[in-house]
Amino acid sequence: MNAFVQYIESYLTSNVTPGAAGNMFWASIYILIVFTGVSVGVICMNWLERKVLAHMQVRLGPMRVGPHGLLQPFADALKLLLKEDIIPARADSVIFWSAPFIVDLAAFTVFVVVPFGPQHAITDMNIGILFMLGVSSLSVLGIVMAGWASNSHYPLIGALRSSAQMVSYEVAMGFAVVSAILMTSLNATGTGTLSMIGIVEAQKAQAEWFIFKFFPLGLIAFFIFTVAMVAETNRAPFDLAEAESELTAGFHTEYSGFRWSLFFLAEYGAMMAVSSIAVTLWLGGWLRPFPNWLSGSTWDSIFSYFPGATFLFLATLCFYETARMPKHPYFRIQTIGLAVFGALLALIGLLLFVPAVSVRIQDIFWFTAKVAGFMYLYIWYRGTFPRYRFDQLMRMGWKVLLPIGLGTLILTAGVALIQQNLWRP
Amino acid sequence: MESMLHITTLHYLVLGAALFLLGVIGVLTRRNVVIVLMSIELILNAVNLNLIAFSRMWGGLHGQVFAIFVITDAAAEAAVGLGILIAFFRNKETVNIDEVNLLKW
Amino acid sequence: MAPIATPFFFYLLAAIMLIGGILVIMCRNAVHSALALIVTLLAQSAIYLMLYAPFVAGVQIILYAGGIMVLFLFVIMLVNIDRALKERQFNSQWWVGIIAATTLGGLFIAVYTKGKSIFPERIASVAEADNTQRVASLLYGQYMFAFEIASLLLLVAIIGAVVMAKKRI
Repeated sequence: MNAFVQYIESYLTSNVTPGAAGNMFWASIYILIVFTGVSVGVICMNWLERKVLAHMQVRLGPMRVGPHGLLQPFADALKLLLKEDIIPARADSVIFWSAPFIVDLAAFTVFVVVPFGPQHAITDMNIGILFMLGVSSLSVLGIVMAGWASNSHYPLIGALRSSAQMVSYEVAMGFAVVSAILMTSLNATGTGTLSMIGIVEAQKAQAEWFIFKFFPLGLIAFFIFTVAMVAETNRAPFDLAEAESELTAGFHTEYSGFRWSLFFLAEYGAMMAVSSIAVTLWLGGWLRPFPNWLSGSTWDSIFSYFPGATFLFLATLCFYETARMPKHPYFRIQTIGLAVFGALLALIGLLLFVPAVSVRIQDIFWFTAKVAGFMYLYIWYRGTFPRYRFDQLMRMGWKVLLPIGLGTLILTAGVALIQQNLWRP
Repeated sequence: MESMLHITTLHYLVLGAALFLLGVIGVLTRRNVVIVLMSIELILNAVNLNLIAFSRMWGGLHGQVFAIFVITDAAAEAAVGLGILIAFFRNKETVNIDEVNLLKW
Repeated sequence: MAPIATPFFFYLLAAIMLIGGILVIMCRNAVHSALALIVTLLAQSAIYLMLYAPFVAGVQIILYAGGIMVLFLFVIMLVNIDRALKERQFNSQWWVGIIAATTLGGLFIAVYTKGKSIFPERIASVAEADNTQRVASLLYGQYMFAFEIASLLLLVAIIGAVVMAKKRI
């Protein structure tokens, strides 16, 4: 018993990821935390997307279930779980049954290497980024399986479109990623790294986020990646695989209830996964803004107030909305609910001001905040861009993004070579 | 039993040989061109497994580099093979390899 | 990250690979075959991890399972397989094939039983942490020429595939 406690405690003093420490207990705890965190993120995104889209279109969005529709995701989940689970009669039932699980597995497995902080990752592989790209490219298999197994025309066309699109944009994405990995090798030894934590450490060591490195080369690579990642996740304006005006719902037309919700979960999980790749490679991962320029303990303590301040700001918004609620008795429960929600946020915010907590949390906070920015971008794209036609999409991938990516890679390599040789004659 | 529990290079080689055999059987007996191509992939993978196992045995990385070249070749082979398959299917409306019996179309 | 080279994982993965391989050559439906092949490839990449070859394992996942197999599935869906399902699956020389394969298997068994002694019991210790870097320096150093030839091969394959598959050039 004592040995077990010691086994658990031994990790707390170490300064590495649970995977690197080889501590199975903490690794499983981290897996649980990450899985729960991603699921909560999906729930939040569900509500946020409907709300933000609605406000972009001058509507209100969900308002009925809970104050400002805050409980809408739970109502949706309940509805989906209670729905009848239909498998079409002529469908290939085994493949139809397993497709959503494969998509989910691919979407959630990539979070194994996502670095939420220098020691807040489940494990750190030395092929981290390769692993992420590879496993996230497996989700296309699930989509193709789903489209084919449904034995119906719309899903099949959707699956074909989706596979062609994902394979095409993976190439451009790969070039953008390679040009960022190349930048990690600009150190004294001249060897780069594929490890996710190593990439962020390299940005810290070079005192520059890779998006600003070799301006504008890093920025161009980042731009290519952000376009390709939207296409990779089949989101608007590249959502041809599930274009509702053309294909009803694309590859998941025949799915309903629980299985459909698995596809939903996987889509948002994949969005977060590719966003975290972008954040890790170009936006400095868990590093707070200006870690080198505004360094020193004063700035450290100022930036450590940010997590708490954010939650307090959200709590203030909640209280403001509570005050603006209609004063009719019908709305009493909703008003109380919103006030309680605000109080909860304020409590979390106050908790984050405790130095012991904020020191451990702030890496995770900065990483999550950056990812959240990308998630907002996704919603924004959906609200503003018209959908591409398929030939336009292919032209964009092969004739625009791929040559630019190749050119950026070559230029980056050239500039890096010159810089390295000037440094070390 | 002792040799069963101690995994050596030979174990990997036997696994590779078994995969290779499966691939050979697939190539020699199936009619569907797609499955024949997939059996060729099985054969290439068996070779890769052997290369990596030998690389592990000697501690050098040349086997891994060679495996990467084999994977490249597999990609090229799959692309050309499937291109031929599509051309063939367009002309003869079939995917059976034993119906490829004309020297010139 | 030390891969657990226990017999348990080896036999599990080997069983998955062999069952997958058998399904590849036995399935009537080409899509089922392709999925079985994907399972085989994934298990194989896990075996690569056990053999301290993480970079090849990553390449295996990203290129084989994510690239080549998607291409296969894509083509299977393009060509109409409904007719192929109702036909004879094995060609008329299948028994010749089986005999040839059995002979080859016998050869393998003979070679491995006779040559068991030439494989060293001891396994060389491999540093895994810088595997990618060392593979890269070999690829771009000693094997530079082969690497360029491989890129030329891929270019030829791309052009060949386009020429084959296009209706009119």
